[in-house]
Amino acid sequence: MDNVEAQIAEWRTFVEKAPAVDGRDVDELEAHLRDQITELGAAGLSDDEAFLVAVKRMGDLDSLSREFAREHRGRLWKQLVLSGEDGPARPAGALIEALVFATLAAVAVQVIRLASENPAGAPGWVVRNLSLFVLPFLAAYFVRRRGIDSRKAWLTAVPFVVAAVVANVYPFGAGSGTELLVGVHLPVALAFAVAYPYMSGTLRSHERRMDFVRFIGEWVIYYALIALGGGVLMGLTLFILEPIRPGLGAAVLEWVMPSGAAGAVIVAAWLVESKQQVVENMAPVLTMLFTPLFAVMLTVAAVTYAVSGAADDFDRELLGVFDALMVVVLGLVLYSMSAREPGRAAGLMDYAQLAAVVSALVLDVLVLASMVARIGDLGFTPNRTVALGLNLVLLVNLAGSAWLSVKFVRGQAAFSRVERWQTSYLPVLALWPVAVVVFLPPLFGFA
Amino acid sequence: MRIDKDLVAASATPLVLAILAGGESYGYAILKRVRELSGGELEWTDGMLYPLLHRLSRLGYVTTEWRSPAEGRRRRYYVITDDGRSALAEQQRQWATVARTLGDVWRGSGWMPIALGEG
Repeated sequence: MDNVEAQIAEWRTFVEKAPAVDGRDVDELEAHLRDQITELGAAGLSDDEAFLVAVKRMGDLDSLSREFAREHRGRLWKQLVLSGEDGPARPAGALIEALVFATLAAVAVQVIRLASENPAGAPGWVVRNLSLFVLPFLAAYFVRRRGIDSRKAWLTAVPFVVAAVVANVYPFGAGSGTELLVGVHLPVALAFAVAYPYMSGTLRSHERRMDFVRFIGEWVIYYALIALGGGVLMGLTLFILEPIRPGLGAAVLEWVMPSGAAGAVIVAAWLVESKQQVVENMAPVLTMLFTPLFAVMLTVAAVTYAVSGAADDFDRELLGVFDALMVVVLGLVLYSMSAREPGRAAGLMDYAQLAAVVSALVLDVLVLASMVARIGDLGFTPNRTVALGLNLVLLVNLAGSAWLSVKFVRGQAAFSRVERWQTSYLPVLALWPVAVVVFLPPLFGFA
Repeated sequence: MRIDKDLVAASATPLVLAILAGGESYGYAILKRVRELSGGELEWTDGMLYPLLHRLSRLGYVTTEWRSPAEGRRRRYYVITDDGRSALAEQQRQWATVARTLGDVWRGSGWMPIALGEG
């Protein structure tokens, strides 16, 4: 019997190495293996034979591990075994690939910078087109990395070509407000266009959509870290170069900063793809830290607003602030959702998050109500239309999310329902910036 | 007769849900039940059952609990939920339609005896 114990222990260590299988699962599989061995033993097989048959019946570890990976994408996210269809991720050469695309983006940004320098300041066309000089390289990076076939590669290019045409055909007036709005919304729209190659073209898969949400969240963290480090580096460079010749530091920065910012977009994506474990440990901590803080802040704000009626004499810019707030709350919801083990029952964090979402909704409804009441004397400007539209889009999302979360914490619905709502809503979040870019400028006469 | 891999995969969810509808159970016992019911013709790779059970749990069709009975080993038990029962009912409707359609077309074209004879 000792011999079998040793064999089982060895089998166990082997199974534990599979990336998507966690300790509890191995316990479960081991219990199964032992049941099988006992039964085969009772049927007259020797321990050794019984062990061999039981292991064979369990299935080969590669396909088992893949099957677990398919179900537990969240766990697997650490290693991204599923980067292609079934094959393992291509490990080597990935950094070189990322650096090539990062360099291309960096060079493209320099080209646009040099081309625009002749007239005074950054002209409107730079504002409009900036994202078109960076994000296509990110999309191309994913086309390469996912090994997408040529038909899908062409489809990937379509939104970028359309965006380039729209952004440059529209006759924007000088200092136009709609032009600025296009400049703000185009990057968001194009970021969603990157989802197509990122998901290997499987846009309908809700699991892959959740992967993309995770990707965005972790990309933001990595980008912020790179920006922080880059900022320190730039600051020191400035101090060190300035004594040599006044103005030298600033001149160097002028070259390095835009290229660095553009290249970092792709480097951050590469980091998310390959250095997942680092963020993996950070995401739950950040969520645990900020969810309660936001919940407290928002609850206090909601109560204060409701009691004091401060929402009545609100500034016309306040809607923009609340848009930002809703975006942050939505980000928090998506983020904690992606960091969560889906099978777990509702806990304290879920209540904190629900409190944050409900308070944000209360605040937003108060502001919206007073906005709508005064829409007559304010009138529709491009800015106000966009702020109001975005607000409604987010309001519907968070209201649905809150409703399902209530059902979830009361045990009436599985957590997957909440997740499903968010992944089903992603197309709406993607179409809104597209609508702003395409329809808003003609609607307001390109003013 | 070997049943096609895709067919085995497609029937796995309703089969497991139906077994659990008859009472809570754990992985090994579920597999044994599948073998009994199919007379050993439905061959599953044992390990594959677990990712499936975890998926059902994520979808809220079953709840799970670790239990160590007085005698015997610690096992993870699965219990079907109301959502699971309605999913099972839906699956039953779909399979009934498929079976009826196939039956009609086979009877209609006179293939049925041949198909049965080969089995």
